[in-house]
Amino acid sequence: MIAEAGLAALWLAAALALLQLLLAFVPQLSGGGAHAARPLALAQGLLTLIAFAALIAVFVRTDTSVALVAANSHSAKPLLYKFAGTWGNHEGSMLLWVTVLSLAGASLALFERRVGTRMLVASLGAQAALGLGFYVFLLIASNPFARLDPAPAEGRGLNPLLQDPGLAFHPPTLYIGYVGLSVAFSLAVAALLTEQVGPALARAMRPWVLGSWIFLTLGITAGSYWAYYELGWGGWWFWDPVENASLMPWLAATALLHSLNVLAARGGLRTWTMMLAMVAFSMSMIGTFLVRSGVLTSVHAFAVDPTRGTFILGLLALYVGGALALFAFRAARVREGARFALVSREGGLVLNNLLLSVILGTVFIGTLYPLVAEGLTGEKLSVGPPYFNAVAGPVALLLGLLLMVGPLLRWRRHAAPIARWVTPSALVAVTALVISLAFAPGMSILSRLGLAVGAGLVPASLMPLVGRSLRRTPLVTWGMAVAHLGVAVTLIGMASDSAFTSETLAVAKPGDQLRVGPWLVEFASVDPVAGPNWTAIEAELRASRGGGVEVLHPQSRTFTAPPTETNESAIATVWNGQLYTVLGRARGDGWQLRLWWKPFVTLIWTGGALIALGGMLALAGRLWRGRRRREEEQ
Amino acid sequence: MSRRLLLFVPLALLLLFIGAGAWRLATPNDNLIRSKLEGRPLPAFALPPAVPAKPGLSSADLAAGKPRLVNVFASWCVPCIAEAPLLMRLKAEGVAIDGIAIRDRGEDVAAFLTRNGDPFERIGSDPESRVQIGLGSSGVPETFVIDGRGIIRAQHIGPIGETNLPAIRLALAEAR
Repeated sequence: MIAEAGLAALWLAAALALLQLLLAFVPQLSGGGAHAARPLALAQGLLTLIAFAALIAVFVRTDTSVALVAANSHSAKPLLYKFAGTWGNHEGSMLLWVTVLSLAGASLALFERRVGTRMLVASLGAQAALGLGFYVFLLIASNPFARLDPAPAEGRGLNPLLQDPGLAFHPPTLYIGYVGLSVAFSLAVAALLTEQVGPALARAMRPWVLGSWIFLTLGITAGSYWAYYELGWGGWWFWDPVENASLMPWLAATALLHSLNVLAARGGLRTWTMMLAMVAFSMSMIGTFLVRSGVLTSVHAFAVDPTRGTFILGLLALYVGGALALFAFRAARVREGARFALVSREGGLVLNNLLLSVILGTVFIGTLYPLVAEGLTGEKLSVGPPYFNAVAGPVALLLGLLLMVGPLLRWRRHAAPIARWVTPSALVAVTALVISLAFAPGMSILSRLGLAVGAGLVPASLMPLVGRSLRRTPLVTWGMAVAHLGVAVTLIGMASDSAFTSETLAVAKPGDQLRVGPWLVEFASVDPVAGPNWTAIEAELRASRGGGVEVLHPQSRTFTAPPTETNESAIATVWNGQLYTVLGRARGDGWQLRLWWKPFVTLIWTGGALIALGGMLALAGRLWRGRRRREEEQ
Repeated sequence: MSRRLLLFVPLALLLLFIGAGAWRLATPNDNLIRSKLEGRPLPAFALPPAVPAKPGLSSADLAAGKPRLVNVFASWCVPCIAEAPLLMRLKAEGVAIDGIAIRDRGEDVAAFLTRNGDPFERIGSDPESRVQIGLGSSGVPETFVIDGRGIIRAQHIGPIGETNLPAIRLALAEAR
């Protein structure tokens, strides 16, 4: 019954999306369309929410007569994973995608007061068109509510790698980010259609991009930490195609955020900004295609199926192709705004956009190169970290250098000397460089420069706050400073992890002592333990470096449904880094133990959180300022 | 290029992407990598010793009249630890095994061999993966069966497991 109700809600939502699309783009109907557009979008949001709640309900109750539940869940699974299992599969995650998409449309209808009615109707129409394709996809090719008759007595269980608290929140967070960018896409389409590209559009688009970008930042940061502790490889970024699929929309959205500022403040970069708004969501769709179709081999591909790939590729061609064609034909009519000097805030932001685009291009090419190479020459190859680090790394460092100057520049033309403002940061960077040369001569050049630029960025990011009354500084400026500080912190963490990590790999017996970095680790014991749906052997490690003792319990787990082995790492976090331990299999009369000491590795995710926090401050500032402006107008 | 044409660049890039995606969907990926060198002679190489106690490895050593295994490994590779006991067992059965240490340091290789056993007669050091790439090997560990004339007879990708031993023994017998 619940499943049928969910399916009915989904069909209804699809019908409303069709109606909304017709109202927006069929001229004969558009007279009454303006009034109906908002309620239609709201109703669609509500209906998809009902469908999604229905799917959660059948998962939580482990109703195995629903095929999706039978294939992906198990009654012995902890409640949290039954719940999270809803989107730990292809159909469920596509339903989540559609739900977020129509909720984005609903909130656009509910909150957007800055753009005119014509543009709102057009952008809701574009949003409905996006939704419609995914409704059809769900209802025809991947119905999440399909029944099984007879129903099996028990489900098959969820991939154990996914049975982790991180999974409960990582995909929804990323999806809100991915799909939230659809609003920027729809607004750009509407602006090109109604020929209203200008500062007002940028001010309307900015909070939506900012919101999605915050979620993407959090999702990527959390995903990186999840991979770090769950996969047991000790790495935090693998340049895996699926990771790249989440990084590309983030890079495009980051560039978009910066170019929107130029459009909002000075009316410049109009065509470029419209293109970025389209590219950002296109990257989300390309990412979804890469993940779902199995076109690229990846450790993350949990739900791969080529026929679904064909469908998503079709949607991609239709939507992104349509939007980019619209861009190609219409953008020539967009008039550019005020001119600016090379050395100016605009100039800095243009350079920022260029560098971010270079990184985006690098990641895009590296991700797709194996595919293209095989298509052209038949040769199989893979592109790994050496390429990405060597190409994207130096560009990111240039971006870091630019960040020391850019935020200090004035709009239009910067004439005043800036040496006074840049010197302190430059001094810090050079000092860090000299110290690293003196005390760590063996560092790789990229880590060394990363450390120096990161150190210099700490004062540089706070420089825009210097000399202002901190209480009267707008929240947006605070947000910028905090986010840029986050970049500095992340950079230092990355450089420190890659330069100073020490590793010990050994076959050890209880009673043995191992050394890793400054730590002395005593292998105390190995014991069997059991969980709700797994059994494991668990080691007890006692680690010390002069002070107190850290006790760690890494496990080697065997899951019963489906039967799989995983390594559960144990991590001790101290103020200056993490001790990371993994227990492997029994070897002869001992156990494989892998220990890492990773100084300041935690800064990577702390920085990510700071970047997101900066985004939140800026978003709060923008929304508050926008409300006050409207109140004044009234 | 005129501005008008530039505006079509994003669309062109998208079409390129869709073309590549459609091609891949039409010809699904085959993850099994077959060595193009099977049945062909080894590429010529001469690697310096990886550890002072043992000689290095050259292609001439592998054409000495008797079938041998060449194990591509590294001290930093965890699956290599997993297959180490099986290599030791093959050695005990009288199989001649040589090693190629990939992107490794002498003291690390020595420590690896002390800890996990040393089945190798010679170990060449391949710090830049040149010979590895020449062999058509994409990762560690991989194991090649070479016959007495220096011709590659079989390639095993990934760690040797208990279940792979019969196939390796068979390939060695056929290479005789």
